[in-house]
Amino acid sequence: MKRAIVLDPLARPQGAVWWRLALALVLGVAAAGSAVALLATSAWLITAASAQPPVLLLMVPIVAVRAFGVGRGVFRYVERLVGHDAAYRVLGETRARITGRLEKLAPLTSQRKGDLLARLVLDVDAVLDLWLRVLLPATVAAVTAAATVALLAILLPTAGAAVAVAVLIACTVVPWLTARTAERAERNLAGARGDVAATTTEALLTAADVVAFNAIDTVLDDFSRRDARLAAAERRSAWSAGLGSALLVLCVGGASIAALVLGSTANITGAVFAVLVLTPLALADVLGGLPAAAQLAIRVRASLDRVQELVDTPSSVTEPVEPLPLPAGRDLQVRLLRAGYDGSDVLDGLNLDLPAGSRVVITGPSGSGKSTLASVLLRFLEPRGGQVLLDGVDVARLQGDQVRSVVGLLTQESHVFDTSIRENLLLAKPGASDLRLWEALYRARLGLLVESLPDGLDTMVGEHGARLSGGERQRLAFARLLLADRDVLVLDEPTEHLDEETGRALLADLFGAAGDRTVVLLTHRPELMPPHVTRQQVCLT
Amino acid sequence: MWAQEVVAQRAAAAVKSTLRRQVLEHSLKLGPVWLSGERSSALTTLLTKGLDDLDPYFARYLPQLVLASTVPAGVIGWMATGDLIAAGTVLITLPLIPVFMALIGWVTQARSRQRQHALAVLAHHFADVVGGLTTLKLFGRAKAQEQAVRRVTDRHRAASMGSLRIAFLSSFALELLASLSVALVAVGVGLRLVDGKLGLETALMVLILAPEAYLPLRQVGMQFHASADGVAASEEVFRVLETPLPVRGDRTDVPDLRASSLHLYDVTVRYPGRNEPVLDGFDLEVRPGEVVALTGPSGAGKSTVLAVLLGFVQPEHGVVVAGGSAADEFDPAEWRRQFAWVPQRPGLRLGTVADNVRLGRPDASDDEVRLALLTAGAADLPLDKAVGEQGQQLSGGQQRRVALARALVTNAPVLLLDEPTAGLDSSTEAEVIAGLRASGRTVLMVAHRPALIASADRTVDVAVRELVNA
Repeated sequence: MKRAIVLDPLARPQGAVWWRLALALVLGVAAAGSAVALLATSAWLITAASAQPPVLLLMVPIVAVRAFGVGRGVFRYVERLVGHDAAYRVLGETRARITGRLEKLAPLTSQRKGDLLARLVLDVDAVLDLWLRVLLPATVAAVTAAATVALLAILLPTAGAAVAVAVLIACTVVPWLTARTAERAERNLAGARGDVAATTTEALLTAADVVAFNAIDTVLDDFSRRDARLAAAERRSAWSAGLGSALLVLCVGGASIAALVLGSTANITGAVFAVLVLTPLALADVLGGLPAAAQLAIRVRASLDRVQELVDTPSSVTEPVEPLPLPAGRDLQVRLLRAGYDGSDVLDGLNLDLPAGSRVVITGPSGSGKSTLASVLLRFLEPRGGQVLLDGVDVARLQGDQVRSVVGLLTQESHVFDTSIRENLLLAKPGASDLRLWEALYRARLGLLVESLPDGLDTMVGEHGARLSGGERQRLAFARLLLADRDVLVLDEPTEHLDEETGRALLADLFGAAGDRTVVLLTHRPELMPPHVTRQQVCLT
Repeated sequence: MWAQEVVAQRAAAAVKSTLRRQVLEHSLKLGPVWLSGERSSALTTLLTKGLDDLDPYFARYLPQLVLASTVPAGVIGWMATGDLIAAGTVLITLPLIPVFMALIGWVTQARSRQRQHALAVLAHHFADVVGGLTTLKLFGRAKAQEQAVRRVTDRHRAASMGSLRIAFLSSFALELLASLSVALVAVGVGLRLVDGKLGLETALMVLILAPEAYLPLRQVGMQFHASADGVAASEEVFRVLETPLPVRGDRTDVPDLRASSLHLYDVTVRYPGRNEPVLDGFDLEVRPGEVVALTGPSGAGKSTVLAVLLGFVQPEHGVVVAGGSAADEFDPAEWRRQFAWVPQRPGLRLGTVADNVRLGRPDASDDEVRLALLTAGAADLPLDKAVGEQGQQLSGGQQRRVALARALVTNAPVLLLDEPTAGLDSSTEAEVIAGLRASGRTVLMVAHRPALIASADRTVDVAVRELVNA
């Protein structure tokens, strides 16, 4: 089970990081080994001392005891540093790889997109736990325990064998049992946790409605019912954690007693006997973390599986092997287009002419394929039939990024990054001068507002642009689109979340600022269109 | 040990459960304005993942603290029966551990906060990039993100390793102190053995017991680190719980607004972070049975008037009066019984259409729900139609009609409507307006559409204040 996680390409470290992990492992074994050796040498020292030999003979073990004592702390300290450093490197690399992979998948079209992504961010953090709390400690424990067994076997083979059996059980059966019981508990837990999270989110999102209708108690009661199920699942999972710890103590105790019995009948010196009996006790510390690691491994695996599943989603567009150069003309034609998500064709046999500089309004109820058309135009979705031609060239034979350097998109929920207004604009045109930024802001009718802000262009917009109103956010996204200077603007329900008046004003400004660009507006509210704009109107059904 | 683990985990589950409910209740009572923006998502994280970080605190740290304060005393007592000198050594070295722990903890606290912050920034950056990948791809910037994530991660890793180096020092010092102390005891015992001053059995007993005396304290140190996240979460929880609720009266004798007029006198409202007030000295009278339309450009504060009446927003000055008493003398829940509200973007909940309509009146009969939907122009919506999370599976217009039915089904005397007919075609709009008028209730509505404005008895213009331009 653990091997399955390591092989998981997502969490696999890069070349140089392997060395750091190996170093952390060696240091970990040195630290745990020091603890065992400390007890073993102390036992030997004391028993030997009781025979009252010359003090000089005891000098070596005395030094060894001190060295192991200091070594345990020092090794442990360095191990933790090296281990954390390596784990953070792996996490960074995993995040980067996932970003690279998701870039090809974007835009994700699942209904639960936001939920999936929020979960992804938490799930990816499981990589840290995987290395720091599962794989490294488990390997350190196994190696150290094996070394301890080897030492005991040299002293007395039968005792070594007895302790080996106990260690084997502690390293295999105990984690396996813990993991198995934890797996069931974890499944219930994950369900209950998701349920509570969803209820919480909903309660907070609908807080205004709930308070206004005096429904706080209803909502809280509903929440408590779900919460009680979560608490019950948590209680059950406690049993499995406790079970592992208890079994482990039994194993170690058993090993000590076995060594005691075997040692007392064997022909060995008192000092060796003391070492035989006492050393297995040190294993309690060494192996103690295994049940917890096994339990955590289950959770980590579930997280990484979810990430893997998302990352394995097939990409919805195939890039051409030998892309054609970008043609010069900007006339777009849609010919017999058949396309849709999830197996059904919402668009079937669509023909559309979008000459350069034209204004086209495409209407239709939700589900009639407006967003699907936008995705096809942006090369976010592969048509199942028909073509989109740019100046006579099938866009499927152009690179996606090239197509998107001609066609730009404004959606109902353009992402605004949690940084300054300036940075948000610059991503559309890196290195643009402030003058260009202000020009774009004024064309998007946001200039006056930004100028009135104390920090101007450097104003931070907050998470998802929370410090701006809905209309301001759309205008910022529009300014960004203007700055990117695309020749074809696809506007997919840009007024969806705005009140009527704001929406009307935004559309008027959008068409006003578009200049000689082609504008394709997809909307179910055509009544908000500025009346004076001459346009072609197409209705999807 | 098993029992300890089970009991501790159960206690943790119970505590978390209580905290979750309390925080949720308190934040709902603090109201939607307090909850707006970034706070709501931060709270969701706190209530789910944040509180789970408390597990190590309750399940390990607290029990360990109890062990640490009892076990060493017993162990030392036992050792003293065999070897007074060894017991004395332990007794002298043991207090050094908490002293050093406190000293180091004091020094490292700031650094460990920094580290937590660096990690949070990293996770946030990753979330922001992942959330905005489509946008980045649109601008041909997505391919650069893989490298950007790598670069930002590296920068923050370097910073956080610096803090870790110091943070781990405390457990290092603990281990070292414990090890050295055990070694001190062991070597002392050994030397006295050589001199024949001590028997082997006593020596062995002392040797086995000595680490046990230090173990609980060492583990407190380790668990303290593991529970640091939980402690941070609990601080956050208490910060929320200690946010005072706005002071409101507890009178329950709210005047019936079917008979009394409602007044706003000189109401001024200013939102935090904005210089200009959104409402400035606003006056309004709404008489029973009247239909009043609030008009004015976007941003003039029309919705704010409704929020003031609902008690979501405290005016900076000015007062809402009903039947000769100020609104803030009344118990807020009792006061809100006089109103039913249709927000601009209704928050519908997972369940059926009927569940949503019944939000304010859980005991409404199916017929009453149907009648309300009919009046709201949504006769075509089946009662058992599923409403997804955040109203998914209903169109924007359907959501608004369900919200309208939800308001109509309560028998509140005053309806507060924020653009109730937006997204409806004109014939449905006419039906809805007729239904509203027929209900005979007092209506205060934010209106843009001419048909809606025309249907009002009276129009109040909420004028926009001039933006002061230097």
